[in-house]
Amino acid sequence: MDFGTLGFAVLAIVGVPAVTVLYILATEWLVRGLPERRRATIRPWLWLLPAFAFLGVYLIYPMIQTAILSVMDRRSESFVGFDNYLGLFGNDSFWLTIANTAMWLVLFTGIVIVIGLIVAVLTDRVRYETGVKALIFIPMAISFVAAGVIWGFMYEFDPDIGTLNAGLATVGAEPQSWLTEWPRNTVMLIIVGIWMWVGFAMVILSAGLKGISTELLEAARIDGATELQVFFRIILPLLAPTIAVVGTTIVITALKTFDIVFVMTSGNFDTEVIASLFYRARFINGDVGSASAVAVILLLAIIPVMLINIRRFQQQEAMR
Amino acid sequence: MATVTFDHIYKRYGQDVIAVNDLNLEVKDGEFLVLVGPSGCGKTTALRCVAGLEDISDGRLLIGDRVVNNVAPKDRDIAMVFQSYALYPHMTVYDNLAFGLKLRKMNKAEIDKRVKDGAGILGLEKFLDRKPKALSGGQRQRVALGRAIVREPSVFLMDEPLSNLDAKLRVQTRAEIARLHQRLGTTTIYVTHDQVEAMTMGDRICVMKDGLLQQVGSPQELYDHPVNIFVAGFIGSPSMNFATTKSEGKDLIFGGAKLELTGAQARAAESRPDGAQVLIGFRPEHIEIANGQDGSAVRFPAKVDVVEYLGNEELIHAQAEGNEVVALLPSDRKVGVGDNVDLAVPMEKLHIFDPESEKTLVG
Repeated sequence: MDFGTLGFAVLAIVGVPAVTVLYILATEWLVRGLPERRRATIRPWLWLLPAFAFLGVYLIYPMIQTAILSVMDRRSESFVGFDNYLGLFGNDSFWLTIANTAMWLVLFTGIVIVIGLIVAVLTDRVRYETGVKALIFIPMAISFVAAGVIWGFMYEFDPDIGTLNAGLATVGAEPQSWLTEWPRNTVMLIIVGIWMWVGFAMVILSAGLKGISTELLEAARIDGATELQVFFRIILPLLAPTIAVVGTTIVITALKTFDIVFVMTSGNFDTEVIASLFYRARFINGDVGSASAVAVILLLAIIPVMLINIRRFQQQEAMR
Repeated sequence: MATVTFDHIYKRYGQDVIAVNDLNLEVKDGEFLVLVGPSGCGKTTALRCVAGLEDISDGRLLIGDRVVNNVAPKDRDIAMVFQSYALYPHMTVYDNLAFGLKLRKMNKAEIDKRVKDGAGILGLEKFLDRKPKALSGGQRQRVALGRAIVREPSVFLMDEPLSNLDAKLRVQTRAEIARLHQRLGTTTIYVTHDQVEAMTMGDRICVMKDGLLQQVGSPQELYDHPVNIFVAGFIGSPSMNFATTKSEGKDLIFGGAKLELTGAQARAAESRPDGAQVLIGFRPEHIEIANGQDGSAVRFPAKVDVVEYLGNEELIHAQAEGNEVVALLPSDRKVGVGDNVDLAVPMEKLHIFDPESEKTLVG
């Protein structure tokens, strides 16, 4: 590391807090000139200004720019209207991408929540709870790329390498090509995602579960509920807000899926999802217009989920 | 309606902890029995054994004439009121009351009738559409009671249902539960650590300590004839005074004073060898200022430390032969701090205990 890099690092570490403090002092100096009443109304806006500025530069502006690029041609030189969108909609492989993403949305989200819930409820009743939970949570700490590589070995065709085919071989079955046949390959990729994310769902749901008092469950048992009725009529409704949090987080993750697909199949064999389609359009085909159109579609798909999440968050705040 | 019988019930946790130790008790049909004792005495555990929320380690538990050791809580025909109320937060008051009935597949009209009746008894009609969150502590407590009564079970179990209420509401609800019991006549087991609740509500009281049953009896039996030092000190407020004396024939030597005993008390003293230590106990409200009492009372001198004025009564803290003595006297006695007074305790109000076995010597 030469002096330039070091100097820059020091500047970043010292400079950022210094600028923050200077900004606060500067705003205080500014509002001091104002009458008392105006001060209270203006100060919060001044403090929010930097955040808004960063959001504007790094979020709002690129969003608008992407929308604009999506109605330009592949080199962003001339306006082409909705041609990029129409081009996508007219292409069968785009609809396959949508179908795959839908599979991710439904299977990945659904199974992660169901398994997460089952594990959370079961571990809640055993003595070695922490150990089991740690074990299930570990995949969360592995990078998607590493997980892709690991599961690549699991799905390997050669029974001497691939765990799944080795298993098939022991019962005398023919080895299978797990990652080339649609829709099986997408399901196989989703399994990798599930393996990684069940830990997350379990931890959050388990925390929610701990928040339900045992007296409540005992009251239900005395009232005449079987264990299944206790689960479906008491635990599940009380856990609904937590399930919604986990659900929206995982839906967004499903929509953004890229790494697993990219590492394991590169979107070949009909495993393309929206994010990998974007990557292919932008960096392999060099078609900025189409890529931007895909990005806009992804954005539009995520917005409703975000809105639900924000509304729910506000409701929860209102309840306090 | 049913009896509840504890037949040599044990509840152990692991090897060392015995929460309930050989409990034998029969709760009569329609009786209001209070389990009382300090925290950790096993009273709540005993109640949870009846509810089926704890496994019984040993012994037989009967509801009516059915052994229920291995019967699930839902099949025991009991209802329980929890300390935290344990209302279902996602259900309205109506649904909270109806939940147990719905699970029992009762028809809608019958459910509606029972819920409305229960709500009527407890004054909850106005709140049926509300969620528990929108209720006050006292209202939640009534919903918890309502959930138990609409089930019309054969036994009510109540685990310190009043401990989360403020003092005024507690007194009101105490009376309400007593009225409810008179009206429904359902066998009730009520757990509390508060001896005032126990005394005011119980048909009979069962005092427990360290998992062991100490004494069962009516409130008056426990007050008048405690079988041991623990029950004597636990029942009654302010609690009983204790002092160590030495036996001498049929009398007791209390510091410089000689307590001349008669009747059962004299026989108790005589049962001990001369010079043996004997513990005497007497309640603050039974102490009087000596005023020419004859042989029907024992007398000893005391010096007043502190006078706490309570309105119509005064709480006198005094030193008597090296012991702290508390006396509850009418406030017109005009006793002042530093006064030397002669205190008297009526003979039949004097309790005598063996300091080793801690048991009463007045049979």
